[in-house]
Amino acid sequence: MLYAAVAARSFRRFSTYRTATLAGIFTNSVFGVIYSYAYLALWHQRPDAGGYDATDAVTYVWIGQALLMTVALWGGGTTDDLADRIRTGDVAIDLYRPVSMVGWYLAGDLGRATYHVLTRGVAPTVLGLLLFRIALPGTTAAAVGFVVSLVLAVVTSFAIRFLVACSAFWLLDQTGVRTLSGVLAIFLSGMTLPLVIFPEPLRSIALALPWASYLQTPADIWLGHRAGTGIVSGIAVQALWIAVLLALCQVVLGAATRKVVVQGG
Amino acid sequence: MADLRAAPREYVWIARMWVRSSLAYPLSFWLLTLSSALITLLDFVGLALMFHTVSALGGFGLREVALLYGASGIGIGVADLVIGSVEQIGVHVRTGTLDSMLTRPVPLLVQICADRFAIRRLGRITQALAVFGYGAWWVDWTPSKCGVAALMVVSSCLIFFSFFVAFSCIQFWTLDSTEFANAFTYGGNTMTQYPMTIFPREVLKGLTFVVPVAFVNWYPCLYLLDRPDPFGMPPWFAVFSPVVAALTLTVAGLAWRTGVRHYTSTGS
Repeated sequence: MLYAAVAARSFRRFSTYRTATLAGIFTNSVFGVIYSYAYLALWHQRPDAGGYDATDAVTYVWIGQALLMTVALWGGGTTDDLADRIRTGDVAIDLYRPVSMVGWYLAGDLGRATYHVLTRGVAPTVLGLLLFRIALPGTTAAAVGFVVSLVLAVVTSFAIRFLVACSAFWLLDQTGVRTLSGVLAIFLSGMTLPLVIFPEPLRSIALALPWASYLQTPADIWLGHRAGTGIVSGIAVQALWIAVLLALCQVVLGAATRKVVVQGG
Repeated sequence: MADLRAAPREYVWIARMWVRSSLAYPLSFWLLTLSSALITLLDFVGLALMFHTVSALGGFGLREVALLYGASGIGIGVADLVIGSVEQIGVHVRTGTLDSMLTRPVPLLVQICADRFAIRRLGRITQALAVFGYGAWWVDWTPSKCGVAALMVVSSCLIFFSFFVAFSCIQFWTLDSTEFANAFTYGGNTMTQYPMTIFPREVLKGLTFVVPVAFVNWYPCLYLLDRPDPFGMPPWFAVFSPVVAALTLTVAGLAWRTGVRHYTSTGS
C-alpha cells in the first residue's frame, strides 16, 4: 500500500512538466522519422536482415523511441534523486525510514515509468502508426507478454541505475559512472541498431546481457519473433537478471551503509 | 564595441575556470572523458555495423558516408564545445541565475555559453576528424575541392552554432523544453550522417529550404565526390553553404535579442 502511494505521487510529480513532455514527444518523433528512413534504406538492400522485414524494422524504431524515456535508457528517474541525496547527505533520512530503500525508490521509478509510457510512449507510437503503418502485436499473448516484459525492462534498468547511483557513496559524484552506463545501455540495448543484426559473436553476447531486456526482448515479443515458449523464456531471462541485480543492490547498499560516513557528519 | 572585442578573452577566462572545477572530482572527469570518446566511437560502430550488413546505403558506400558523417560531426562537435551550454538557458531562467549574469559586465551570451564549459567534448571532434580523414583519403582532391571543403567545415560549425542558439531561445517562453532544441541540433546531426537519398523528396526540400541542414554537408560533399545531385538541385548549392550560415546566424541573433528582451525575472 505504501509503495503504491509512493508510485502515485511520483507519477504526479513527473506529470507537472507538461511542456517538457511535449518537447520530448516532438524530439522522439523526429528521431523516429530519421531512423525509420535509415532502416528502410537498409532493409531495402537486405530485406531479411536479422530475420526482420522492413515493417518489423520500422516498428522496432518506434518501439525504441517509445521506450527511450520509459526505461530511462540514458539514466534519470528517481535514482538521480538518490545520487543527489547521497552527495548532499540527505540520504541519512532515507536510511532511517522503516521501509526498504530499494523498494522505496523502485516504487517511485515505476510511477515515473507509468507516466512516461502513457505520454512519451503512446504519442510517438500513434505517430509511427499514422506515418509508417507500423505493426501492432498480432496476438493477445504478444500484447500481454509485451506489457509484462516492459515492466521487467523498467525494473532491470532501475536496478542498474540504482547501482550507478550508489557509486556516489564512494565517489560523491555519480555523473561519470552514470554517463558511461548510459552509453553502454544505448549500444547494448539495441537502441543504436537492433541486436539481431549484430554480427556473431557480438550478437549472442549482447543478447545474453541484461541490457537486452531494455528493448530487444520487449520488441521481439511485440513483433511476434518471440512467441509461445519464446515469450516465457525471454521473460524468464529478464526475471533472472532482475534477481541478480536487485540482490547486488542490497549487497552494495549494505556495504555502503557500513563503511561510508554520510556527508555532513 | 569595446566589450565585444574583449568577449573571446572573457569566454576563455570563464571556460578555464570550469575546466579547473571539473577536475575537482578527478574520477568523474576521466570517466566522462572516456564516455564522451566511447559514445562517438560506438555511434560510428553502429554505422559500420550497418555497412557490415549492406554494401551501400541509399546508393552511397561507407567511404562516402564517412565523409558526410565526419563533416557533420565536426560541425556539431565544435558548436557543442563552444556554445552547447546555451541549452541550459531555461535552467538559468528558472533558478534565477540569469539575473546575476545580467548584472555582470560581460555579454550575456558569452556567460551562458562558457557556463559549464566541458573540455571533454574535444573527444567528439577528434573522432569526427578521424572519420572525415578516412572519407577524405578517397577523394580526388583539386584546389577548388579544397576550397569547398574548407567552406563546408566552417559553415557546418556556424549552422549548428545558430541552431543551438535559435532553438534554445524558445526556452525564454517555455522554460522546460530543452529537448525541443535537440530535435534540430542532434537531430540535424543524425539526419546528415546519412546520405539524403534515403529520404523522400519532400523531406529533402524541408531540409534545404526550411531547416537548411542539408547545407551542412550534403551539397558540398556531392561536389567533393563528383556526384550529380540525385534530386536535381542546382550545382551551385555546393558553394552556397556560407550564405546559408550567414542567414541562420542572423535568425539566431534576432531570436536571441527577442528572447532577452522578453525576459522577465522569475522573481518579478
